[in-house]
Amino acid sequence: MHILVCDGTGCRSSQSGLISEMFRDELLRKGLKNEVQVIRTGCFGFCEKGPIVKILPDNTFYTQVRPEDTAEIIDEHIIKGRKVTRLLYLDPDTQEYVSDSKHMGFYKKQLRVALRNCGLIDPENIDEAIARDAYQALGKVLSEYTPEQTIDIIKRSGLRGRGGAGFPTGLKWEITGKNPADRKYVVCNADEGDPGAFMDRSILEGDPHSVLEAMAICGYCIGASNGLIYVRAEYPLAVKRLKVAIEQAHQYGLLGEHIFGTDFSFDIKLRYGAGAFVCGEETALIHSMEGKRGEPTNKPPFPSQSGYLGKPTNVNNVETFANVPVIILKGAEWFSSIGTEKSKGTKVFALAGKINNVGLIEVPMGTTLREIIFEIGGGIKNGKKFKAIQTGGPSGGCLTEKHLDTPIDYESLTAAGSMMGSGGMIVLDEDDCMVSVAKYYLGFIVEESCGKCAPCRIGNKRLYEILERITKGKAVPEDLDKLRNLCNVIRDTALCGLGQTSPNPVLSTLNNFIEEYEEHVFEKKCRSGQCHDLLYYVIDEEECTGCGACKRVCPVNAISGEKKQPHIIDQKICIKCGSCMEKCQFDAINLKNEYKSTTVSV
Amino acid sequence: MSTKTNTENHIANECPYNGSLPEVEVKIKLTADKIEKIDAICRSFDNDPGELINVLHETQSEFGYLPAEVQDVIAQNLRIPVAQVYGVVSFYSFFTMTPKGEHPISICLGTACYVRGSEKILEEFKKELKIEVGETTPDGKFSINCLRCVGACGLAPVVMVGERVFGRVSPEGVKQIIAEYNN
Amino acid sequence: MEMIKLTIDNKKIEVAEGTTILKAARQFGIDIPTLCHFELGDMGIENKPGGCRICVVEIEGRRNLAPSCITEVQEGMVVNTHNIRVINARRTVLELIISDHPFDCLVCAKSGQCELQHLATQLGIREIPYKGEQSTYRKDTSPSIIRDIDKCILCRRCEMMCNQVQTVGALSAINRGFMSVVAPAFEMNLEDSPCTYCGQCVSVCPTGALTEVDHTNDIIRALSDPSKTVIVQTAPAVRAALGEEFGMEPGTLVTGKLVAALRRLGFDYVFDTDFSADLTIMEEGTEFLNRIKRHMAGDTSVRLPILTSCCPGWVNFFEHNFPDLLDVPSTAKSPQQMFGAIAKTYFADKIGVNRNDLVVVSIMPCLAKKYECQRNEFKVNGNPDVDYSISTRELAAFIKLANIDFLDLPDEDFDDPLGESSGAGVIFGNTGGVIEAACRTAYELYTGKKLEKIEFEELRGLEGIRSATIDFDGLPLNIGIANGLGNARKLLDEVRAGTSNYHAIEIMACPGGCIGGGGQPYHHGNSEILRRRAAAIYTEDERKTIRKSHENPSIIRLYSEFLGEPGSKKSHCLLHTHYFPKSNEVTIHR
Repeated sequence: MHILVCDGTGCRSSQSGLISEMFRDELLRKGLKNEVQVIRTGCFGFCEKGPIVKILPDNTFYTQVRPEDTAEIIDEHIIKGRKVTRLLYLDPDTQEYVSDSKHMGFYKKQLRVALRNCGLIDPENIDEAIARDAYQALGKVLSEYTPEQTIDIIKRSGLRGRGGAGFPTGLKWEITGKNPADRKYVVCNADEGDPGAFMDRSILEGDPHSVLEAMAICGYCIGASNGLIYVRAEYPLAVKRLKVAIEQAHQYGLLGEHIFGTDFSFDIKLRYGAGAFVCGEETALIHSMEGKRGEPTNKPPFPSQSGYLGKPTNVNNVETFANVPVIILKGAEWFSSIGTEKSKGTKVFALAGKINNVGLIEVPMGTTLREIIFEIGGGIKNGKKFKAIQTGGPSGGCLTEKHLDTPIDYESLTAAGSMMGSGGMIVLDEDDCMVSVAKYYLGFIVEESCGKCAPCRIGNKRLYEILERITKGKAVPEDLDKLRNLCNVIRDTALCGLGQTSPNPVLSTLNNFIEEYEEHVFEKKCRSGQCHDLLYYVIDEEECTGCGACKRVCPVNAISGEKKQPHIIDQKICIKCGSCMEKCQFDAINLKNEYKSTTVSV
Repeated sequence: MSTKTNTENHIANECPYNGSLPEVEVKIKLTADKIEKIDAICRSFDNDPGELINVLHETQSEFGYLPAEVQDVIAQNLRIPVAQVYGVVSFYSFFTMTPKGEHPISICLGTACYVRGSEKILEEFKKELKIEVGETTPDGKFSINCLRCVGACGLAPVVMVGERVFGRVSPEGVKQIIAEYNN
Repeated sequence: MEMIKLTIDNKKIEVAEGTTILKAARQFGIDIPTLCHFELGDMGIENKPGGCRICVVEIEGRRNLAPSCITEVQEGMVVNTHNIRVINARRTVLELIISDHPFDCLVCAKSGQCELQHLATQLGIREIPYKGEQSTYRKDTSPSIIRDIDKCILCRRCEMMCNQVQTVGALSAINRGFMSVVAPAFEMNLEDSPCTYCGQCVSVCPTGALTEVDHTNDIIRALSDPSKTVIVQTAPAVRAALGEEFGMEPGTLVTGKLVAALRRLGFDYVFDTDFSADLTIMEEGTEFLNRIKRHMAGDTSVRLPILTSCCPGWVNFFEHNFPDLLDVPSTAKSPQQMFGAIAKTYFADKIGVNRNDLVVVSIMPCLAKKYECQRNEFKVNGNPDVDYSISTRELAAFIKLANIDFLDLPDEDFDDPLGESSGAGVIFGNTGGVIEAACRTAYELYTGKKLEKIEFEELRGLEGIRSATIDFDGLPLNIGIANGLGNARKLLDEVRAGTSNYHAIEIMACPGGCIGGGGQPYHHGNSEILRRRAAAIYTEDERKTIRKSHENPSIIRLYSEFLGEPGSKKSHCLLHTHYFPKSNEVTIHR
């Protein structure tokens, strides 16, 4: 029997490490050490219900396990064979407990290709990866295919870059392969920087060998014997597991000189990011790997022509690589049978925000947003109303109700005004102010802009300032025109992909939620009540006793009223310090997102 | 004034440049063992300027931060201008020139945490500790930083103190977290 | 070479493969405005970060606008450089750049010469619709250069000059995003950085972010003080460039008008640095011959090659970067400082003025000279040998301030006795000129024979590193020449490694030599201007009757009346100097 304990970052932060320790101790105490194995795995995806514990072979899926539950699971489940019902997943619709993840709404529509081994193997044990076919594809390629044949398989599979732009992977390999050079490089972009996205992290933490293997295959195809993984320093666990995986692969002769006894040699080194979102852009990433400021440069030349140290360099992201070995083993036709006409295979998304089932999901391309939000995601939290879904992170946009039945692929998301991006999906409900959401992303961009080109450096700062004016009720109508013009110019003129897509959060909200912008600007009103400066202290005439306490405490004499008569706050004078509300003993003063100006007495 | 000619005066003042340059500045010095540590880190990367970021990572984990004089030693070892080292250090938010607190507090401002109210959590920490983002409390105990996505979105909003992750933090919970480290 | 056919603004054109859209357009008379882009093309200096986005154009079929300065032409490309989309984008970007720039053009040192100002006029900017926070920094004043980087637009030209061309490494882009700017490490003062004050950053800065320290007011004060005798020296390269400031063709020699203008400004004596350049040759040439002779006699204590030491930027550079080689350069002072030393001894005694009442002003193509005259070793009891140094640009502004009609001035001659010079002194302004002047004298002194041909063509040119072997009547002497500090570094690395086979090396910090100095009229990236200035210098040399330093009668008289022999004890005291190691260690004071 096996006890799988999720050791992804999410579950680790709710003490899954301690949970596996306690399982081991308990098994030792019960003399079951040799019969039952405790395995720390990568992310199961269902982070909302973490820590996750899974029992094999009966596939029992326990959720929100606490350290003190471990003894019970061993006593009841392992020893007596009785499932611990209270730790099973409770289906919110049927109110029934579900024990096998296959029958859970969260997993039903998922198809795990890139995440195939996450949650099933101990990522720090190469034997477990090999037992699940790791490095078989590499062996097959080295013994049966030429580089050209391999590239042809990838091309026919229809695999496209999962990092955002969706460039055909096979074609990229072919171009890099054809550029002659004494040295070439394979680079894995693991600088996942979208706030709210953790797909790559989960793969690196859960199944690092899939990436190493694919990089070696890519090296074979393009004629490179050096690989580099550029990984965020903020991902210490991923770094650790990569180091372990590389070392184990070396011990097994799966990396290094003469792999599988062939002439092909391939080695992989790690490079660390240092907190710069722009380094996800491939030219910036390359400069960063060279020890420089992570500033992008114009393309062309593309990295495939002149990349790391001026040599042809193939850059793919983690998820793209993770797909490669399966494609080799199962065939291009199998892969291309999944998905839509132009977007093949699956896509991993980090689903978060105001949704019941936060977590990491992988679905076939063509799945609709509705399926993701309401079936996999279990709907909106606390029964609120769905308002928008933000996809693609700071480069993407907000989609609304009317886009819910759009099948997800590269083209349709772009057509809808957002983009695939690397796969962050943030669900927003009626309590979210769309202007504030746009401002949040712009704030991120302003902080992360490298500063090299003027439109991004100054333009986004100005966009942010205008949005700030809007949320503070200080905007004038022309500001809306300025927003639009700036967005268009930044998109047209910025140097790199980050800059060119940076206005998307503003543009998409302008397009889909113009009425919210107009309310802020013309009526000085925020319908969701999120913009503090657009909230008003209002005295409830019914509740006010006219005691005058508020009037006395008001530092700017904004409150007037006769004794024992309802008082009134002059909104033009009020500085929103909140003293009156604190002072009022009758709960007569409330914060509201609008006020009736007609009640102002003279 | 003497009746000497300008020439005689000049020659009497012969070789005024033989005196040493006046020492006007106080140089910031590192102790020998610290310099040796930095040298060793640089050597482990073959003093390759292409490894600058790795060198900075290692050095920062050794010293906790990257003060000017440390960057200077690195520059000399890698044979690059110190301006270039500083250009890199000031570009990446991971590198810092001010020492962090004994318990560095990082508030996640990733989107998932943001929509679940992490800004309020940040405000609460700032209010409680009376410091701004990037600052350290006068007693050196706490410092506040922001980060983007720890990858624990299921637990949003998330706060990290050192390596430890606190999930589903509420503004009321902030005092509790601080109290835990403040005994 | 393959030719590419494309269409720009409905014009069908054909250009060589690899040409950028910007160059292709300009070849056919279509002007696309630029800002960050800068090149001294044939000198291998270029700055194309693609950062300002002013030169964007529309390429049909592409989603975004493309920067024309770095986008190469492709077969069949259809380019629009000025349609409404492009104009709007270009204007908006410029409005953005200006929104983060101080609006103090009235009192800006660069006003009238500012490329940003020029662009604002060209694109008709009348208001700033995108007002907002401006990035602000500390102002920094060094002996030569003022940094007011609130005005920095991040074109990165200075960074490129300081690092790629000069390899000084004082400047780097720092910070990120809105606060990014070019500055020394830790935003320390330039004075504490390894800056050499070569001024090349100033000469390429499109705005007023980097400007020279202006001493015009100090000079006006001295000139208006009746108790002071104010004398002026003018460097060779000034006369070949000053005319540009008055609308004259580049390469016009204005020596006579220059003298007349200085006289009208009220200087009591107008002298020539060319005179002290001749003096430099006497001292440096003698030192060179001595070292060669001792070396040939087997004295291993003498170091070869000997390096010239006229250029203060270069002196700063080796003090910072080659503190282990301080005994290699000649100990001879620069012509500016030799002039000061002679003026405040020999000349002051001659006219019976106390040195404290004698104000020596220099007009230089250079910003490092400002720093040089402040060095402690060039002072006697706190009184500097040269009081103020102003650049060619400052002098032009001064002449305009005094409302002197420069073009209408008669040609006048320098005063005696420090105004007479040979052609050898003049060519100090060009790269290769110092060593050519030295060869003219050293050859005749060493061989005792008269030179057949006075021009050493093999030493001329604008290439960064040049070398030639000169036959000293059977003794082959290997001469190296470097202009630009990056090139100097290459030669010095060889010296340090012991692989250099040169006997003498001339180094000038600025590309092209003093004619391309940091204090010269802005050339805005036109290398043709540098060529014409160089040609003018050689013309002046040809026009001289005396073309060898040792034949200059005033020099001969100076030695017989005052100094004795070249290299005499008195010469050493007055005309030679020492060098000091300068550490690049971090010193921070703000």
